[in-house]
Amino acid sequence: MSIRQHDFTIERRFRQTPEQTFHAFADPDLRQRWFRVPDGWTDTEWSLDFRVGGGELNAGRDDGGNHHLFRSRFHDIVESERIVFAYDMLLDRRLTSVSLTTIELRRDRAGGTHLIFTEHGAFLDDLEDPAEREHGTDLLLDGLEAFLANEVSA
Amino acid sequence: MLCYGLRVAIAAPQQLDDAFHALADSNRRAIVARLTRGAASVSELAAPLDVSLPTVLQHLDVLQRSGLVRSEKVGRVRTCRLEPGPMRAIERWIADHRGIWERRLDLLGDVLDDAFPTTKGHRSK
Repeated sequence: MSIRQHDFTIERRFRQTPEQTFHAFADPDLRQRWFRVPDGWTDTEWSLDFRVGGGELNAGRDDGGNHHLFRSRFHDIVESERIVFAYDMLLDRRLTSVSLTTIELRRDRAGGTHLIFTEHGAFLDDLEDPAEREHGTDLLLDGLEAFLANEVSA
Repeated sequence: MLCYGLRVAIAAPQQLDDAFHALADSNRRAIVARLTRGAASVSELAAPLDVSLPTVLQHLDVLQRSGLVRSEKVGRVRTCRLEPGPMRAIERWIADHRGIWERRLDLLGDVLDDAFPTTKGHRSK
């Protein structure tokens, strides 16, 4: 078992104003058009309580039968300026990552939006199937390496 | 969902077959064992083995095709090292995780263009 820390930033520029961009986060109908499970997934669940202390749940089963769950909690919402939330990812009911995310909406010189998405993630390495299959292989090979090292030094 | 990219991390069964085939030889196991202690040149790998250099190169070829070992040539020296398998899996997973957010924010741009059409300027990344 291990934890991998990883931070990343994604930036986007939109012609629409920060107010309009914010609306696409806050309005459930608009939000679902870009923040949704892929077509063809089953057992889908979705709920949104867009306020500080509220959260979002987004879950479904992919065509391979794996269950994916995203659940978040909003820590700060400043209309048309920023959204701060923390979220868990679960694969087949097992926690795979916990992240703190900030979304900043800045007005650019043309009146559009400069969106800055920053995430601080803790990725839990003890993954459930399917990734565990490869992880299991890696552990097996680590074990072989250790065995071989002993074999040679003995 | 953030996790659906995870499925690319599944190892091909062929990869496992190749790895075990590569390790089914005592000289190749000795090479792998040596590399667990760090990178080594071909001549360093060949020195403790009681086989010819062309045979060592053949063994290295099998190990490289299995994905267990990679090598790079700098000048006249070829340096070999083990592939960090566990690292590969998690790095790929994190890259997928980021990729899902990138695609999602691209989709947000499409939704904004549809919901709030504008004619001036251009959307850029």
